[in-house]
Amino acid sequence: MTSAPSEGAAARAAGAGGATGAHTAAYESRTALTGTAPREAREAILDVRDLVKHYPLTQGVVIKRQVGAVKAVDGVSFELRRGETLGIVGESGCGKSTVAKLVTSLEAPTSGSIRFKGEDVTRLSGRALKAVRRNIQMVFQDPYTSLNPRMTVGDIVGEPFDIHPEVAPKGERRRAVRELLDVVGLDPEYVNRYPHQFSGGQRQRIGIARGLALRPEIIVADEPVSALDVSVQAQVVNLMERLQDEFDLSYIFIAHDLSVVRHISDRVGVMYLGKLVETGTESEIYEHPTHPYTQALLSAVPVPDPGAEAGRARIVLEGDVPSPANPPSGCRFRTRCWKADERCAREEPPLRIPDGAGGGAGSGGEGADGPGRGTAGNAARHPSACHYAEEKARIVPD
Amino acid sequence: MTQTQAGGGPAPGPDPDGADPARLLEVRDLRVEFRTRDGVATAVDGVSFGVAAGETLAVLGESGCGKSVTAQAVMGILDSPPGHVTGGEIRFGGRDLLRMSAEGRRAVRGARMAMIFQDALSALNPVLSVGQQLGEMFQVHRGASRKEARAKAVELMERVRIPAARERAGDYPHQFSGGMRQRIMIAMALALEPELIIADEPTTALDVTVQAQVMELLAELQSEYRMGLILITHDLGVVADVADRIAVMYAGRIVETAPVGDLYRAPAHPYTRGLLDSIPRLDQKGQQLDAVKGLPPSLLRVPPGCSFHPRCPLARPVCHADEPPLYEVGQGRSSACHFWKELLDDECAE
Ligand SMILES: Nc1ncnc2c1ncn2[C@@H]1O[C@H](COP(=O)(O)OP(=O)(O)OP(=O)(O)O)[C@@H](O)[C@H]1O
Ligand SMILES: Nc1ncnc2c1ncn2[C@@H]1O[C@H](COP(=O)(O)OP(=O)(O)O)[C@@H](O)[C@H]1O
Ligand code: SF4
Ligand code: SF4
Ligand SMILES: [Mg+2]
Ligand SMILES: [Mg+2]
Repeated sequence: MTSAPSEGAAARAAGAGGATGAHTAAYESRTALTGTAPREAREAILDVRDLVKHYPLTQGVVIKRQVGAVKAVDGVSFELRRGETLGIVGESGCGKSTVAKLVTSLEAPTSGSIRFKGEDVTRLSGRALKAVRRNIQMVFQDPYTSLNPRMTVGDIVGEPFDIHPEVAPKGERRRAVRELLDVVGLDPEYVNRYPHQFSGGQRQRIGIARGLALRPEIIVADEPVSALDVSVQAQVVNLMERLQDEFDLSYIFIAHDLSVVRHISDRVGVMYLGKLVETGTESEIYEHPTHPYTQALLSAVPVPDPGAEAGRARIVLEGDVPSPANPPSGCRFRTRCWKADERCAREEPPLRIPDGAGGGAGSGGEGADGPGRGTAGNAARHPSACHYAEEKARIVPD
Repeated sequence: MTQTQAGGGPAPGPDPDGADPARLLEVRDLRVEFRTRDGVATAVDGVSFGVAAGETLAVLGESGCGKSVTAQAVMGILDSPPGHVTGGEIRFGGRDLLRMSAEGRRAVRGARMAMIFQDALSALNPVLSVGQQLGEMFQVHRGASRKEARAKAVELMERVRIPAARERAGDYPHQFSGGMRQRIMIAMALALEPELIIADEPTTALDVTVQAQVMELLAELQSEYRMGLILITHDLGVVADVADRIAVMYAGRIVETAPVGDLYRAPAHPYTRGLLDSIPRLDQKGQQLDAVKGLPPSLLRVPPGCSFHPRCPLARPVCHADEPPLYEVGQGRSSACHFWKELLDDECAE
């Protein structure tokens, strides 16, 4: 039944670590150009402001009347810097995939701006839009359904060249495709096989090869490893990290697995019902979360260490996420928040650095492992959309 | 839990899970084959394990290694043909289920052992309200009247914390969220207070927050009813929290069994160690992940010798030729690796 191609390729790829083989000039690394400037110091390659996507809810068959809207994304702002990974986490239905579709111009936003190197993508059309799209590519979640079963691997990986022949002229294409397969650790001899002949992890590699074809600067990966077994998931995560260093890619990495996101991300945004509720560096979010929702999410993650659970604060959230068509007034999290009071129902908390969160304005903490836990040190000085944002002890076990 | 005498060195002997008549479920040398056009796939190849009342056994492994087929064979719901149990014993409460009549097994299933599936939506009947489905259990197995059955159904829904249970009993499965559906399936499995529950990836499709709710509920109900629980999962995090013992499967076999603490502290099989090293940790910003290389084999073509050898970082020539038996490696622990001792010494030294 499982007639996946031999162990060979997967095994080769698993050895990820260093550079695979010799890539030709076409896929030469870009790191040379940017050098090794620390990621925090690099320029923002993407700047997303007040992004909104409402899907109209209609009634009536002949004459459609709009009776409301699903507020899938409702005012989201973030920056992505060159060469960094921004992780986005949140429960099912909170709008992660919608953000991905907007950023990659697969859908048009209701309002808001998406600036790629200063230029607002949402205002572009025709050739200018095409040029930007080339630079922002998507890798999808489900390796089982996102690849056309009737196309060969070679056709799938090379398809983007149909739209952008300038990247690989006709005569070059075959070679370019084989090179791409090699880059992601697949045997170039597989070009004529079909997706069903590959395992889940190999299909995900095919999706990544396709995403790399146009040499984009940004890759938006929507749950790229969620459907994979842990061993294969680790192989794909290692591959993505290697490619990032090699090509100086910037990633938006969407997942609901908080451990994977911590592993791969430099900065993290936590979404709830169409909004970002907390953003910060990986250590600010995981070691010093101040938003009750982030704290609850982190406390729910089981840790593969039987000893670690003892003494760990567990917050089990009651109830389900409300409908994005009819979000609660004020703070959207208030229906599940143990700290909610009447102010939360009245006033929507903005996403900003909480008042009185440690250090003076000038002290500009380096984040990282600031002062001890429990005290609102510099590490708590990152944006959080809660009226009563504060740290809580021992969410993630030591 | 187990009746193993420690010591005795690396004797390739009876597995340390050895027969214990006092245990609720005793599976011995179970074999299941699938006869397909491409050949015979041995999905379960001589698997032995046991579960005591009130105990949780977790079964871990990558997809396709035979976890679900093992569960289906125990429940007697194997897809047959093409699946066939070709050997072994499944003793439940002292009787071998494989020698029981179809009718006898049906009576056991549902009433004395029940299963929770990964995908609640396809396991529940879409055209019956959840109240009807829950109530039916009492009508069929306990001869309850419709009215009594309905009352029981609502009570169960409350037990698994479905808000406004009375009003929602008339709703259909698709009208509930994923987490609620999973809780309804738990309610269904619990309805007749079975002695054994098999949960096959019960939270895999759920968000962490909902997963936490469901696992907490399951653990609470288990200790209340003192049920035996077999928890099948590939999530090493979930297991650490709730299991007493773990069995790790690879290519149709159990390659390691151990009490949960021992397994995480010092795995005695390279495959287990590889799985543990593959997972990113919430509490650590790790470096490169130590992925197990390659893929599990097709069960139509399991490699000779140790079936893990093509992926094993410790493989040596003997591994290509000789299949390791399940060695007893400590109190209640076993490992199917020729070099288990080196592995454990190595870990102790660290
Ligand atoms: N085309 C559409 N029309 C109407 N509603 C939509 C559409 N696409 C998405 N939605 C709704 O928008 C909300 C956000 O959906 P989205 O797919 O972005 O969630 P997500 O965070 O990616 O969730 P998951 O983790 O399950 O993938 C959901 O309520 C969804 O039902
Ligand atoms: N109905 C079936 N027909 C043929 N092969 C099957 C069938 N069900 C399972 N198998 C095979 O049995 C093996 C073990 O499957 P399974 O127990 O479902 O794995 P998992 O450990 O992921 O639960 C797999 O190789 C699978 O392809
Ligand atoms: S604003 Fe209020 S309801 Fe919202 S997260 Fe903060 S305390 Fe909870
Ligand atoms: S027997 Fe050999 S190949 Fe198998 S797990 Fe042990 S060392 Fe690896
Ligand atoms: Mg999504
Ligand atoms: Mg399964």
